[in-house]
Amino acid sequence: MPLNVPIVENIMNANDRLAQENHARIDAAGMFSVNLMASPGAGKTSLIEQTLPRLADKLRVAVVDGDIATSFDADRAAAAGAQASIQINTGGECHLDAVMLRGALDQLDLTKFDLLIVENVGNLVCPADFRLGTHKSILIASIPEGDDKPYKYPGMYRGVDALVINKIDLLPYINFKMDFFQRGVEALNPGIVTFPVSCRTGEGLDAWISWLIEQARKER
Amino acid sequence: MHELPITQSILEISLRYAEQAGAKRVTDLHLVIGKLSYVVDDSVQFYWDMIAKGTMAEGAILHFQRVPVEFLCLDCSHRYPVDDETLACPHCQSTRVKVASGDEFRLESIDVETSDTSDVNSVEK
Repeated sequence: MPLNVPIVENIMNANDRLAQENHARIDAAGMFSVNLMASPGAGKTSLIEQTLPRLADKLRVAVVDGDIATSFDADRAAAAGAQASIQINTGGECHLDAVMLRGALDQLDLTKFDLLIVENVGNLVCPADFRLGTHKSILIASIPEGDDKPYKYPGMYRGVDALVINKIDLLPYINFKMDFFQRGVEALNPGIVTFPVSCRTGEGLDAWISWLIEQARKER
Repeated sequence: MHELPITQSILEISLRYAEQAGAKRVTDLHLVIGKLSYVVDDSVQFYWDMIAKGTMAEGAILHFQRVPVEFLCLDCSHRYPVDDETLACPHCQSTRVKVASGDEFRLESIDVETSDTSDVNSVEK
């Protein structure tokens, strides 16, 4: 009989350790940070574009954008008024991980910002498994994706701290049962704070902005 | 999910503990994986066979203990298994629930051979 060596070590330990280091750096700089996750096309960049002008004169914002290729999103964030925007090209990886965010943090003078917005790669599966070290994880759902997404992507809906429901201006045109959607959300993530918005019309954005500012104040 | 980096992490952890235990060979790995961790067993084993080659864990067998998903109702403390249809508490229909089990993802233990243990075995048998 061979010797049994007990371990009980979390397999994602390496990434989690680096995420903790990122968190400590962000904290030490007095910054509040969010990790925006969503499927492609849900409106991550649009939400950033709508958010930045509304935070002007209130918070100094740095944006880190993760994409497989191109710097379109970082360019859009810069154009919308980000004080700094950094593009991470993952070169095929379908999510950001703690190592990639660390590389981006190295390029920023963290003491110059109040808020760090990390825009993850568009994907409802993998980003949920890789902690980055941000304070809050935020999921953007959107009406055209359909009302069944909480049921189909429980890992993502379970692990986030706030939910933005974008494109509510399309509700009259799409068969989206809000009751069914919210029952799924509630089962996976009871009491999660939710912001129904339209990045096109601006509806609902004030509540989202107030929440962001309040969270950032708490963190300082 | 991401079976290759996961498998690399499993290899790194098991070799680290095996060295600490003074092992000369790793024979078995015992993994505890909740059903909410979307890991494909066959895929991990496939990568394992490739990346463990040439290490003291070459040829080790991976044992996957799958943990079913259970929710705990925060209102009535009922603990119940979850399938795709029933998410709310079947006892009181509350949706204030939390995951009680099913998100495990860890290496629990490894079986190793040391020169000492093989001696012990021969004495015992």
